[in-house]
Amino acid sequence: MSILKTIASLIYLLSAVCYVIGVHMMRSPKTARNGNLLSGLGMAMAVVMILVEIIAKGQITLIGWTVLFAGLLIGILYGVIRARKVSMTDVPQLVSLFNAVGGGAAATIGIFDYTHEAVGTSLSLAFSIPVLLDIIIGGITFSGSLIATGKLSGHVPGKPISFPGDKLINGLAVLAIIVAGVWMIGFPSAYWPMVLALFASLIFGLLMTLPIGGADMPVVVSLLNAFTGLAVAFAGFVIDNQVLIIAGALVGAAGTILTLQMAEAMNRSVANIIAGGFGSGDSNGSTGAGAEVPTNIKKTTPDDVGMQLAYAHNVMIVPGYGLAAAQAQHEVAELAKLLTDAGINVNYAIHPVAGRMPGHMNVLLADVNVPYDQMKQLDEANSMFENTDVSLVIGANDVTNPLAREKGNAISGMPILDVDKSKSVVVIKRSMSTGYAGVQNPLFSEDQTSMMFSDAKKGLQEIIAATKGYLD
Amino acid sequence: MSQELYTNLAIFVLSLLVGFEVMSKIPSTLQTPMMSGANAIHGVVVVGAFVIAAEASSWYFYVLAFLAAFFAAVNVAGGYTVTDRMLGMFNRPKKQPDSADKGGDK
Repeated sequence: MSILKTIASLIYLLSAVCYVIGVHMMRSPKTARNGNLLSGLGMAMAVVMILVEIIAKGQITLIGWTVLFAGLLIGILYGVIRARKVSMTDVPQLVSLFNAVGGGAAATIGIFDYTHEAVGTSLSLAFSIPVLLDIIIGGITFSGSLIATGKLSGHVPGKPISFPGDKLINGLAVLAIIVAGVWMIGFPSAYWPMVLALFASLIFGLLMTLPIGGADMPVVVSLLNAFTGLAVAFAGFVIDNQVLIIAGALVGAAGTILTLQMAEAMNRSVANIIAGGFGSGDSNGSTGAGAEVPTNIKKTTPDDVGMQLAYAHNVMIVPGYGLAAAQAQHEVAELAKLLTDAGINVNYAIHPVAGRMPGHMNVLLADVNVPYDQMKQLDEANSMFENTDVSLVIGANDVTNPLAREKGNAISGMPILDVDKSKSVVVIKRSMSTGYAGVQNPLFSEDQTSMMFSDAKKGLQEIIAATKGYLD
Repeated sequence: MSQELYTNLAIFVLSLLVGFEVMSKIPSTLQTPMMSGANAIHGVVVVGAFVIAAEASSWYFYVLAFLAAFFAAVNVAGGYTVTDRMLGMFNRPKKQPDSADKGGDK
């Protein structure tokens, strides 16, 4: 080993250590930010080192430098601008987009190396197997994550999309991947099996994600994130660089655990989610066909709600997707502060999958300075509902649906917030439409429940105004 | 099996185990930032973009090198930035709700 090679290996090792410790630190809210910075420091070290290595090697052409830096510069600008400008509500689709391009980069490296090394020569299995896995997994995550991004941002309908013969096409795609794989390994000098493997993987990623409903997207994004990690690790085998192998495997494993935990929070199995077809997607205003709309609901006005809140002792706010979509987190924090200042006990009951991703609601509320100790997680919140005077459900639906305790419907067994146990319930919602799962919510027609049909932001502003009147 | 392949395979398997171990039981509060943070880490694929740019020698390969550099740069730069923004929200000084101070720093 030359001196440079030795230094480089040690730097890559140090950089890998930064990722592992960084991820470890991200498990606690106190150290999480520094953990991410440490992992970023590791990344910077790896980038500086590879730069020194290719300068020392001197093989890169002027055009090579130009395309490299043009790509990096445009990519950094685009990535940083999107990351800085994104509203916290839209973070999930941005993470999915960043995941897509990561998979795209891994696949591109595989395509490059296969074409560069393979065509016209014979290859060892030690090269052809990782390069094949790199291209296939990278291709699947690229197209799959782009569809997930589209579904989360609303450019692709959130409801499960299927068409006649889609299973057949998907089966053919798998078959094509296998054929291309055997072909690539058996006759590694050919160009076409690589192209076939790439296209079949892109189609597979597309058809794997389309039939999955919007509510399940976070789990899919997390799964694809783990896949990208593996693709990057295989890219590391291909270019024989250990930092890619370590970081990729780390993300692959960590992402798998995270995926399982998210699926567990939703009481779904990962296999069940991937099978797709669950739920109706984000039904904006329209009621799911065939679903019975209860008629015995009580409507209420902002003025009534204001009075109820002003004379309560314990208030529980139950924020859901509707709050995130209406970007009403500022209003909800204002209302909570108003009540707290008047000596009323206010807490937030946060379902693990409230918002659009596990933990997303905590991020939104932390953004508007809601004290950390007011955010109650599922079990703690459920122990508090019996002593709650008013539960204010804002744009949440499935996570409060008591049907989950019964058998034989789409949300059976899902852990829910026991909102129906509180003394009175006010639901702010735009309409009687169903949630992601497409199931009517009997909570809305219970005796203690009253409904206020409004956009979360506008409704909260009216409630704040009314509450002020009663508190003075 | 060559020595090189064996070494890489051992590193791969052990890193997987480290990943499983380091990740056990994440509070749901941190699951979104954690996913985003892990997403940023696989941006290390940018190292691969440098490697192939150094080997490129025809237009076809330059296009691939450009694509890889662009994709990886978006992943790594955007990934770390957005994760830091999310985590920064947990780090604000915790003002008591009775204080009139609105500590929004961004």
